[in-house]
Amino acid sequence: MTERVTVTGRRRGRPPARPRAVTTEIDDQTRLGEVYMRALLRAQLRLGLTVAGTVLGLLAAVPLVFAVAPGVSDVDVFGVPLPWVVLGGLVYPVLLTAAWLYVRAAERVERDFAAMVDRR
Amino acid sequence: MTAEVAAVAVTAVVTVLIGAFGVRASRTTSDFYVASRAVTPWWNASAIGGEYLSAASFLGVAGLVLAYGADMLWFPVGYTAGYLMLLVLVAAPLRRSGAYTLPDFAEARLESTVARRTASVLVVTIGWLYLLPQFQAAGLTLRTVTGAPAWVGPLVIAAVVLVSVLGGGMRSITFVQAFQYWLKLTALAVPVVFLLLTWHDDGRPEVAPPEQPVFEETTTVEVTTDVTIEVPERVTVDVDGTLAGEERDGPVVVPPGDVDVAAGTELVFPEGARLPHASRLTPLSGEAWALPLRSGDEHPLYSTYSLILALFFGTMGLPHVLVRFYTNPDGRAARRTTLAVLGLLSIFYVLPAVYGALGRLYTPELLLTGRTDAVVLVLPGRLVEGALGDALSALVTAGAFAAFLSTSSGLTVSVAGVLSQDLLRTRIRHPVTGFRVGAGLALVVPILLALSSPLLGIADVVGLAFAVAASSFCPLLLLGIWWRRLTWPGAVAGLVTGGGTSTVAVLATIVAGPQDGWPGALLSQPAAWTMPLAFAVMVIVSLSTPRHRAPGVDRLMVRLHTPENLELNRGDWDPEDRWRD
Repeated sequence: MTERVTVTGRRRGRPPARPRAVTTEIDDQTRLGEVYMRALLRAQLRLGLTVAGTVLGLLAAVPLVFAVAPGVSDVDVFGVPLPWVVLGGLVYPVLLTAAWLYVRAAERVERDFAAMVDRR
Repeated sequence: MTAEVAAVAVTAVVTVLIGAFGVRASRTTSDFYVASRAVTPWWNASAIGGEYLSAASFLGVAGLVLAYGADMLWFPVGYTAGYLMLLVLVAAPLRRSGAYTLPDFAEARLESTVARRTASVLVVTIGWLYLLPQFQAAGLTLRTVTGAPAWVGPLVIAAVVLVSVLGGGMRSITFVQAFQYWLKLTALAVPVVFLLLTWHDDGRPEVAPPEQPVFEETTTVEVTTDVTIEVPERVTVDVDGTLAGEERDGPVVVPPGDVDVAAGTELVFPEGARLPHASRLTPLSGEAWALPLRSGDEHPLYSTYSLILALFFGTMGLPHVLVRFYTNPDGRAARRTTLAVLGLLSIFYVLPAVYGALGRLYTPELLLTGRTDAVVLVLPGRLVEGALGDALSALVTAGAFAAFLSTSSGLTVSVAGVLSQDLLRTRIRHPVTGFRVGAGLALVVPILLALSSPLLGIADVVGLAFAVAASSFCPLLLLGIWWRRLTWPGAVAGLVTGGGTSTVAVLATIVAGPQDGWPGALLSQPAAWTMPLAFAVMVIVSLSTPRHRAPGVDRLMVRLHTPENLELNRGDWDPEDRWRD
């Protein structure tokens, strides 16, 4: 009887046999894997909270300024009262810029994480 | 008038046709709920924009600005900033969770059916609360442009939504809504050009003069619903109809104070007379209107901050917004889509304030009839004469109709999804049939509510739905995504406390009307206390029930937070398993 031999290729996308890639550490939920995961979570959360906090803080200051210094509301910009200029127009570019910066930074965090974990 | 009817008809027909175009490709459950995740970011962003810009944005914001001025600009700002909060805190992880609906997310994260059921009840509550003003606005629009009875609008909307949703579920809805975003933007943007030109030719009159508003010329006002008006000074009015319960035909001297006017009455006011207003409105004039925090509310700063919180953090908890996120191919696409949505919303939300401000100048009689929400519909026809004016009126009417249709479709899909998965599944085995029955149920309840409850401010009611979402799903999502120690008893306790208190506050405001003093402020803008309360309850109860921590939470965190291109074990949870067991 001929001997049966199973022929297999290397598993797709896996690093060549090498002791414990970080992805395996994460899959096996070892201490080391958890350290990597927690670092990723912390980086993403810190980024999210920074952007959210900055924008919220900026916008939350607007009513406070109007309340504390009512004179500010009386300023006209080309005949339009300042509150209308700020709330009706200027706010939107600020929000967009914040969003754009966030998307760039979040993708960078993910790239760094992938580079660190997927080192072959 | 015929042009507007045609515009409504065309919007409805195109909606159904585009919906039918999507039908061919949608035969699986996944197609029904999330369009099989094969929607490109551009289509998706247009569709999200289309779905999000509801009657509140299209009609309500301008109406609020007309009546209450600068403080109301926070509504469009908040609607947009809500997307930024969604982007930076939940967008990518939520997409990566793989869930179709909020209850799916609750179940996957907390591994608990109790949490799932609680989330389901809240999705249906928020969905219905949001659908109610859409239907009322539809009634208002059709009555304003055609004079049809109030029940026609809700029924027409429901019929079109049902046809397009039943046809193809989420996939067809995606195309429909993308189309509707662009229709809505055009419908507001094109007339604005003509409105501003007219205002400019008019010598750019001051929008909010310090004096009380007066009729600039002899003005005929048609009252289409019963209204109590507050007359500021003795005035001689030509009346044709019922005034203070008496049939009149001819000049009547009306003393200052409240007077009832019946529907169908025509009032002719002389030039220079001071403008009466609906007594349920307290319109402002001069600085009180033009500048923030001068409205004479007892606690304007608290109300403003509470509104900001509700709008900023409510968006992420709206069921129809979330269901859209699941249609992105991966987490990175979800972020880029959200960025595009922010751009689309920013362009749109500059416009309603212009209508509100010019409406104050050119359609002040809306303050009298109390139908300030109609300003967007009325203004183009008032300022621009002839065929062009008719065309512009038809355009805004079509836009308004698109607003009701897209938001109602999105909400109906979400509510139907939850109803069919969690309520009907034991009775109806086939998922697509279940979804269709759910869609019917999702529409019937808010229609009955819309027909039986009094006409409320559109943007007000929508604001209340945001408050409920901010006090329930916002803490669930934020803690669920970023805090491993959240347990199901904690989540359920928080959802019940936050969702419950805010819903009660909302219902109290709707049923009993606005109250005075601090209780009034706390009830009419509950988010500032119900949202922190929900967070606190979730955290405290979770910390005291550590035994109920989900066993698979670490694996789920890998799924939520790691980029898809890494080959990792993300667990085998799949929302479609529910249909297979």
